[in-house]
Amino acid sequence: MELFNIIIKATFIDNMIFSLFLGMCSFLAVSKKVSTAFGLGLAVIFVLTITVPVNWLLQEYVLKEGALSWISASFGEVDLTFLQFIMFIAVIASMVQLVEMIIEKFSPALYGSLGIFLPLIAVNCAILGSSLFMVQRDYNIAQATAYGFGSGFGWFLAIIALAAIREKLKYSGVPDGLKGLGITMLITGLMGLAFKSFIGISI
Amino acid sequence: MSTETVEAPLVDKKPAEALLSKRRKNIVTDPLNEDNPITVQVLGICSALAITIKMEPTLVMSIAVVFVIVFANLLISLMRNLIPSRVRIIVQLAVIATLVTLVSEVLKAYYFDMYKVLGAFVGLIITNCIVMGRLEAFAMANKPYDSILDGLGSGFGYAWIILVVAFFRELFGSGSIFDFKIFEWMGWTSFQTNGLMVDSIGAFMVLGILIWVQRHKTGYVEH
Repeated sequence: MELFNIIIKATFIDNMIFSLFLGMCSFLAVSKKVSTAFGLGLAVIFVLTITVPVNWLLQEYVLKEGALSWISASFGEVDLTFLQFIMFIAVIASMVQLVEMIIEKFSPALYGSLGIFLPLIAVNCAILGSSLFMVQRDYNIAQATAYGFGSGFGWFLAIIALAAIREKLKYSGVPDGLKGLGITMLITGLMGLAFKSFIGISI
Repeated sequence: MSTETVEAPLVDKKPAEALLSKRRKNIVTDPLNEDNPITVQVLGICSALAITIKMEPTLVMSIAVVFVIVFANLLISLMRNLIPSRVRIIVQLAVIATLVTLVSEVLKAYYFDMYKVLGAFVGLIITNCIVMGRLEAFAMANKPYDSILDGLGSGFGYAWIILVVAFFRELFGSGSIFDFKIFEWMGWTSFQTNGLMVDSIGAFMVLGILIWVQRHKTGYVEH
């Protein structure tokens, strides 16, 4: 139940896009068609659900102050927290590479539809952001996995919704300067307003 | 971007180019307006919105981004002939992550309050697409000095946009500028702050309108 709470909270209340602004670059760039948005969204869920727990293990057993004491007691005072950024991004980049190879081997059809998006994900701030927030919130490993999945799912919902709106937007008369990015920002703002109504939820 | 790559070979033939020639001036000034990283190229939006509630963290963030982008550009440009193109993303990420760690440690040591306010967003400079974008599009193909100029241009192009967004958000959201209560100072004590501006929605709206104004002036139309 508690895990379900974390998923709901990460999906709707702390939505990656609407309240944390993470992953905006690809959110804006790849939301012109629903089908491609769907592919990228799935890939993000996938990578987030894997990288957040892996980074949790890394944080807990390597990086945290005193985390190395499982090797020997003399490492008890080592604090490697300053390596956090570089380690996390390395994990993310290699995980993305790994996921890409696994998908290519076992499901060429899925690879065909996700393929080009996978490298993009390494520099998606939503992925690194979730890992950093996971550290700030002191989750345990099950909670971290749930959080990773929830934030990925929230991002997935947001990008599909925006892509659907933008497909319809082609037929409306938008002022010249507002075309493209401008109107997309305003729409995202309005969608955020709608997502604000979830704030009161407590399960 | 295309013009820069076309011009690059010309530079090699004229090593005695002036330190601030017209072409170099354009490298710095283009990203400020016509080719702005945020409003035209749509890069680095994440942090542009997340930390712009107040002017002060925004200023710190701008300085951090300018620092990271200039030095990352310089380092990658120096190494550009040594990096195998297959692993270039990892190399670029490693360079950026090192610089960001540096920024984060300096902030933690000398400006701890701000470090707590910015929190995870300092780390997210790593995935700020402006930095990656400039490394990929410019530093990998140009000389160090030009790359520094390009970094300065893009950095400041990013900085002025987020400062303007922060200005409006702080003015209407908290009724202050740099935590200075401007409306109370003017004697307008009944000023109602707008909660939407402090919220994420205000950021989207302000940036959307800013993009409209800026594109209207430069005449840029997206198709």
